[in-house]
Amino acid sequence: MDLTALLLSRFQFAFTISFHIIFPSFSIGVAAWLTVVEALHLVTGRPAYRLVFEFWLKIFGVVFGLGVVTGVVMAFEFGTNWSELSRTAGPIQGVLLSHETFTAFALEASFFGILLFGRSRVAPWFYLFSTAMVWLGTSLSAFWIMINNSWMQAPVGYVVENGTFVPNDWAAIIFSPVVWVRFPHMLLASYLTGAFCVAATGAWYLLRREFTAEGQIMLRMGLYLAAILVPAQLFFGHLTGDYVHHYQPAKFAAIEGRWHDEQPASEVLIGLPDSTAETNHYAISIPVLGSLIGSLSFDSKEVGLTDFSPRDRPPVAIPFFSFRVMVVCGLVMLLLAWVGSYLSFVRRIERSRVLLRLIFFSFPLPFVAILTGWFTAEVGRQPWTVYGLLRTADAMTPFLTARAASISLFVFCGLYSFIFVFGIYYLHQLFRAGPTGRLILPPIAAFPTRPMSVVDEPLGSTSHRFTPGE
Amino acid sequence: MVLYWAFVLAIAMLLYVLLDGFDLGVGILFGLTHEETQRRAMLSAVSTIWDGNETWLVVTGVVLWGAFPVVYATLLSAFYLPLFAMIAGLILRGVAFEFRYKTERMRWIWDASFAGGSVLAAFMQGLTVGALVEGLPFVNGRYAGGDFGWLSPFAVLCGIGLCLGYCLLGACWLVRKCEADVRDAAYRLIPYLSLGLLVFLIAVFAYALAENLPIMDRWLERPYLFIFPAIGVAAAIVLSTSVRHRRDGPPFYIAATIFALAFSTLAISFWPYMIPFTITFEEAAAPHSSLAFMFWGEGLFVFPLMLLYTAISLRVFRGKVTSTAVHY
Repeated sequence: MDLTALLLSRFQFAFTISFHIIFPSFSIGVAAWLTVVEALHLVTGRPAYRLVFEFWLKIFGVVFGLGVVTGVVMAFEFGTNWSELSRTAGPIQGVLLSHETFTAFALEASFFGILLFGRSRVAPWFYLFSTAMVWLGTSLSAFWIMINNSWMQAPVGYVVENGTFVPNDWAAIIFSPVVWVRFPHMLLASYLTGAFCVAATGAWYLLRREFTAEGQIMLRMGLYLAAILVPAQLFFGHLTGDYVHHYQPAKFAAIEGRWHDEQPASEVLIGLPDSTAETNHYAISIPVLGSLIGSLSFDSKEVGLTDFSPRDRPPVAIPFFSFRVMVVCGLVMLLLAWVGSYLSFVRRIERSRVLLRLIFFSFPLPFVAILTGWFTAEVGRQPWTVYGLLRTADAMTPFLTARAASISLFVFCGLYSFIFVFGIYYLHQLFRAGPTGRLILPPIAAFPTRPMSVVDEPLGSTSHRFTPGE
Repeated sequence: MVLYWAFVLAIAMLLYVLLDGFDLGVGILFGLTHEETQRRAMLSAVSTIWDGNETWLVVTGVVLWGAFPVVYATLLSAFYLPLFAMIAGLILRGVAFEFRYKTERMRWIWDASFAGGSVLAAFMQGLTVGALVEGLPFVNGRYAGGDFGWLSPFAVLCGIGLCLGYCLLGACWLVRKCEADVRDAAYRLIPYLSLGLLVFLIAVFAYALAENLPIMDRWLERPYLFIFPAIGVAAAIVLSTSVRHRRDGPPFYIAATIFALAFSTLAISFWPYMIPFTITFEEAAAPHSSLAFMFWGEGLFVFPLMLLYTAISLRVFRGKVTSTAVHY
């Protein structure tokens, strides 16, 4: 066992999956948004909705494509770096991920084609239906992934035979209560990502005083949607916390920064956890609140990290801080969504340029919240890969060397930065070009399995049209 | 149930080799030409289908994991570096498709990554197959070859061979899909590529004899295997006649047949082993509860649907692409 290789593998997995999750969570949100806009277009017949739809369809194409490209890596990385996990848990995880590939492919590939070509060829209601099917496809993909991850967090429905996990109750795996709080939590996070990106884009156009009709639609709908979704998300976040409290007390203690049993427990708002001294420095805490959050009571006993032997404890700093960053992002989003929705409702938002600017700058918040939320969940699960059953150190490919692991990590860091820079550059060009009057011509060469081809045109020439004096 | 999933896996792999084979081949040939109109024509000959083709690689990966987890774990970890190189190649050429037309100044970056990525991916695929045929070092069913245990002259030879083979498939595809100078250039290449492939096959055979590879014994045990190369020779003759008569349709099908034959030959000489002489299908199979759950969901409905979908997408985009009417 090469400890450096273990560290490098963990870092590589964290890097590739964090990079990947940005794109699907965005595209799930945009797919939902496209469905809503298309429904409104069908009901009201307003052409502005059509423009907004076509604009976001282009964005969807690029983001979805980047998600697919970075997802291919994930299908192989389990086997390359975590061969013991994929050997022992393959009968469960491999099956779940193959369901993911098959269902997502079937829905997304078939109906995305109709979104590209079908506008003039199918009935309007069927076009709307196709949009909804793309939405369903992206959501189903998230569904299987969340079942897979929830099984690793709280394994159920299996027996161990010859050192492998043999599934004996698929219903228990799929309908595990953990799945049904974490899947909505992730889904809502994706919808919030969509809502905030849409609202931020709208705010941007209003600030630039261009595409105002479309900008207003984006801003208003994004904010209204977020105003409803953020509270729901906080609720599901609380339920997710309950499952952690119940199934993974060590992770819960790490998130709370609680080193010793307390009754009633206090809540550490912020501090600097120190795992050698087993205490927090500069902590600000509120008495009794910890029991209230953990068990909804005023005098419950809450478990501390020192109840677990050091080899069973997760690292504390990462779950502790990333959880707090996530919560702060959530609260800022709540504030922005509510204030923005109110001002939008009384039609004063366009005069409040400060708020518009804040909303524009808020678009990274949902991404940060998603990433830090996953850091909390995944680092907090350590030292386990399959919670309580398979340690991360034992899940790794036993003969993997630090040399091989550092080569692959180096190559993928470089490659992903390269793609990311160009991807962001092209997205920026698309946003600058904005919802113009020109609708998508079904490109001859575009095809559903090639989502990014929606925008196959040199973007430089598109933005030329806005250069003054040309 | 095990047999069913072995069958699905074989179909997925074969489809991947045939479909991504020709577009990787076109990618390699793309690097040999410098003329923009030819490059555009070559790209549009594959741009509609390459992504769908690559789906079969992901399908192969996840079916392997779900249905034969031991093989998935063993092979992927043994081929650690080649696999990452292959994926990096595929990513490079994948994004090149999308980004090439969105810029003019930086187009050369994407052209280089398109051709380079294609070569890298094709070479690594050939190399892994070669290493498997030659036999990897296993101790107690566990890979024990180190970071570069797969690297051997034979494996490198197979990597080059597969590049040649994919080029042949790609050239035949270009003949079918393109017109004018791209078609003519492809026609000129086909004899050389075929010849190169022939030389490669002879070299592989000689090497296998010289090294006395264990897989050669299978051929002596199973003489009916010689039917496949016999059909292959017949196919090669048909290929040369249709190339001489400049008939655009048949060469691709013939080249695909040759590939399918080579694939079946390999598969049958491996059988019943998945990793030759180390792990059999039966040993590698996931428990019945896993295979059955996969079968009732995706095996019975989605898999046939995917086959149908692939057929439809190839049909929708049948016919020639014209270099003048390209949307780009």
